[in-house]
Amino acid sequence: MAYFLQQLINGVTLGAIYGLIAIGYTLVYGIIGMINFAHGEIFMIGAFMSLITFLLLGLAGLTWVPLALLIVLVASMVLTSVYGWTMERIAYGPLRGSHRLAPLISAIGMSIYLQNYVQNRQGARVRPLAPVITDGISLIETGEFTVSLSYVQVLIIVLTVVLMTVFALLIARTPFGRAQRACEQDQTMAALLGIDVDRTISLTFVSGAALAAVAGTMYLIYYGVIDFFIGFLAGIKAFTAAVLGGIGSLTGAMLGGLLIGLIEVFWSAYFTIEYKDVAAFSILVLVLIFRPTGLLGSPEIEKV
Amino acid sequence: MNAQSADNDALAVPSGARALLTVEHLTMRFGGLLAVDDISFAAGDAEITAIIGPNGAGKTTVFNCLTGFYKPSEGRLSLRHDSESGQQPLFYLERMDDYRIADAARVARTFQNIRLFPTMSVLENLMVAQHHALLRASGFTLLGLFGSRRYRRAEKDAIERARYWLDRVQLTEQANISAGSLPYGAQRRLEIARAMCTEPVLLCLDEPAAGLNPRESAELNQLLLRIKEEQEIGILLIEHDMSVVMEISDHIAVLDYGRKISDGTAEFVRNDPAVIRAYLGEEDEEQEEKGEQGREQERPEQEQSESNRP
Amino acid sequence: MGTDGKTPEPPSANPGQSKGQQASDREGALPAADLLQGRLSARQMRDLVKESAFAGLIAFGIFVFISGVRIVDQPGGLGLEYHWSRLVLYVGIVCVGRFLWGLRVRLRRPDHVPQWKAILGRTTARAPQVAKILAGFALVFALLLPLMPFASRYLVDTATTILIYIMLAWGLNIVVGLAGLLDLGYVAFYAVGSYSYALLAYYYDFSFWMCLPLAGLFAASFGVILGFPVLRLRGDYLAIVTLGFGEIIRVVLLNWTELTRGPDGIDSIPRPTFFGLPFTRRPAEGADSFHTFFGLDYSSMQRIIFLYYLILVLALITNLFILRVRKLPLGRAWEALREDEVACRSLGINPTNTKLSAFAIGAMFGGFAGAFFATKQAFVSPESFTFIESAIILAIVVLGGMGSQIGVVVAAVLLIGAFEFLRSLEQYRMEALGAAMVVVMIWRPRGLLAHREPTVLLHHDRALDLGEAIEENDS
Repeated sequence: MAYFLQQLINGVTLGAIYGLIAIGYTLVYGIIGMINFAHGEIFMIGAFMSLITFLLLGLAGLTWVPLALLIVLVASMVLTSVYGWTMERIAYGPLRGSHRLAPLISAIGMSIYLQNYVQNRQGARVRPLAPVITDGISLIETGEFTVSLSYVQVLIIVLTVVLMTVFALLIARTPFGRAQRACEQDQTMAALLGIDVDRTISLTFVSGAALAAVAGTMYLIYYGVIDFFIGFLAGIKAFTAAVLGGIGSLTGAMLGGLLIGLIEVFWSAYFTIEYKDVAAFSILVLVLIFRPTGLLGSPEIEKV
Repeated sequence: MNAQSADNDALAVPSGARALLTVEHLTMRFGGLLAVDDISFAAGDAEITAIIGPNGAGKTTVFNCLTGFYKPSEGRLSLRHDSESGQQPLFYLERMDDYRIADAARVARTFQNIRLFPTMSVLENLMVAQHHALLRASGFTLLGLFGSRRYRRAEKDAIERARYWLDRVQLTEQANISAGSLPYGAQRRLEIARAMCTEPVLLCLDEPAAGLNPRESAELNQLLLRIKEEQEIGILLIEHDMSVVMEISDHIAVLDYGRKISDGTAEFVRNDPAVIRAYLGEEDEEQEEKGEQGREQERPEQEQSESNRP
Repeated sequence: MGTDGKTPEPPSANPGQSKGQQASDREGALPAADLLQGRLSARQMRDLVKESAFAGLIAFGIFVFISGVRIVDQPGGLGLEYHWSRLVLYVGIVCVGRFLWGLRVRLRRPDHVPQWKAILGRTTARAPQVAKILAGFALVFALLLPLMPFASRYLVDTATTILIYIMLAWGLNIVVGLAGLLDLGYVAFYAVGSYSYALLAYYYDFSFWMCLPLAGLFAASFGVILGFPVLRLRGDYLAIVTLGFGEIIRVVLLNWTELTRGPDGIDSIPRPTFFGLPFTRRPAEGADSFHTFFGLDYSSMQRIIFLYYLILVLALITNLFILRVRKLPLGRAWEALREDEVACRSLGINPTNTKLSAFAIGAMFGGFAGAFFATKQAFVSPESFTFIESAIILAIVVLGGMGSQIGVVVAAVLLIGAFEFLRSLEQYRMEALGAAMVVVMIWRPRGLLAHREPTVLLHHDRALDLGEAIEENDS
């Protein structure tokens, strides 16, 4: 039971990270109907941005953790957003209205490029970061097993909840959110009503990248190691989460992320750790076959 | 809506012709939206049956149910082949997959927004339409790979059939260019030719005259009449252009808000008060005048939709 | 930050102008001074500088951390290494580039067609003839290559590798180019083919020639097993599922150590024989080997050349299959499905079965290539079947031109050839590959040599009296 509880906590934490990445997939899919294959790499870049900022702050002598964390988050979000924006402008924007495989292939190219760009500039070695936040709370102590909730986990879960709420409000209440939802439904009509569609799409990419940057920061402080390859698997799992929750739905992305995180953690805890990635993929396949609209997605009516 | 007048003899074809297609109690719901509500009608063999009605009346939904793109929520769609022609004379379309409806029940259709294979040539579009005969002749590809004579003969026949239909729609000279580069009107004709190459018993046309100029429209009338007479197949069409509908239809069913409000010959429908109400609103004194010119339905229809819709 | 981005900009603006001047002189435009003063108003100039500065700022944001700073290992943990000159250079390039491009856009006369575009246009118009000639040359060259005086062991070996990729790309072209299904896990079928030969040889001593058809069959069955549930999905879902499938196969190969020996791989896979004659120096007692049978001196080149011709034949069979199947109803149905699935259904074509056939046949050729790969290397391990391989194969298809057979050859030679001959730059090859995929998609979304010839022509023999000009109009 204690073991189970511990895994539950770990799963929710991992799920929060996946959920934040999944939002980027869901938003972009919602608005331009493509899978942004390079989104996993955006997450990876976000993690690197955070690591470098941490190191710079360390060199500058800033050691008060809350402030350092805040600076890291902001810097990472800003710089990663630039990547999101540029990527859209270079690789996807010119392909709007092209045949349907073109943006997808462009995105795969982008993903390969970014991964190797970072590898070449930053090296292929795993980069460890000394724990920024240590300690935690011991929830239950049985004889041989202690269920603990580390402060990092608390931070990740709280931050995710806050960001999700803010973002949901952003989509629901602000002019950008309205424009975003309008473009999702009908771009031509939105343009006729004076919405700058290109700008809305750009902003969608920017916000997805910013959330992925936060996920990158969390990943860094949670696991303490990153390398150029983390984006690939995390990206696929987050995409699985988006599909599982129902692509296009914000709540779905979060729910899907949570489920994927839990499944992965429990699979590793109770079955074999080698096959944990296989588990995620198998779930993706099963969901797509039996419920292609995901848990919260609405069925698409084929327009004939 | 008061559709009872036509409901009693809903399943008879007005002219007394053999019923090719019988639609009984067709209902289609999308979530809470009732797009088609308990529609019944019959389409005669070797006749042109038109389905008309204001925008949003559920016409295309009926088509999509007929051709299997939607699975109807309720109702029976039965297609009865001429007893001499097929081994299996009766098909229940609501139980069949879309491609089986085209292949086995031999219902062909066109689309409101033209769906050709744009980068393939005009001729290739017509060859794809003869897929099954050719696939069998090619021994499901195996014999075809080794250039069997049977396949070459079948291909030659297929090209001849394609040429026949290209001649009929005046596209012979464009046979080798890509379908996407044809002008709009030619694309519409090609789509009809492609549907005809499947050798259907029922041809469903979704707004074939949309976007055509008056001359093209008149040519379309001639084409459809000749297809009906020479091929002796049933044609079901959705159309807004009343000059097409009134001139060539043997039988017209009128839909409004997903329900059938009238059914009969062109003459009957033209004078049916229910139709006039649906198209023109409630002003009864204008009935006769407007009823004769069904074409001028645009403006009043809007007024009507504003006043009547909840 | 902003000033950092702008600093390199003013000095670089001048060389930029002079370059623009030379370019416009060549194109016979007005003298550059006139152009800049007379035709570019002060406001336009201001906009241009603003745009360039903005581009510089963005470039600064992009490059500042990843290129400008490098994480290095230090005794006490991690340290940073600064590369400011590199950062300034990158930002400067972006600024100048944006400036020149903006200048070009503003000064271009609307009716002016640059010469290179005109030449390109003329070449594309003659693409079918060019492709035919190119294909002929390529075939003759490929047939004669091992006999050439310069054909070293290394060269033939490299050519064999290129041919493997050509065959794989042709196989994938059936799925992606013809049927329009984006398969990101094609390498899985390659792996299935490789491992079916490796395992059958390892456990049951099957020969290569027995395993070759089996490898194709196994790969095709895997294609059907995977394809059946997922081919109903929309295109982009299919892409990600196939990607996942590719990874699953690799992870299973890696972890099912009892069967596959995991990361160690399977070695000493038997080499193929020439109709039963092995390529060994000393044949077994009472048996012949290739060189004793033909009375030749033993040379290890014989085996290399045999392998080369073997893959050449396999690749040519693949090509021949595609050329033929395109003219058959199945191939036309694939292409029609790529163009419009709904229309296909309305014509009675079963989309699932048709896609499945493309998937299975593509997989089969991947399986053949896999069996060949196993016998060529005499060793297989999961390392050879990563996503990167799938990406390279896909890149060859995409760069060459989706559905274009000769395009695949050109792209494979360029790509794999470049990889081989630029070994010193190996670390940048994947970066270049990714960038090339993006650039080609933007520049020519259907690929470099994409050109579609109709698979059947209507001959206007009966229509001749209508006018001879028909043929002219059609092209």
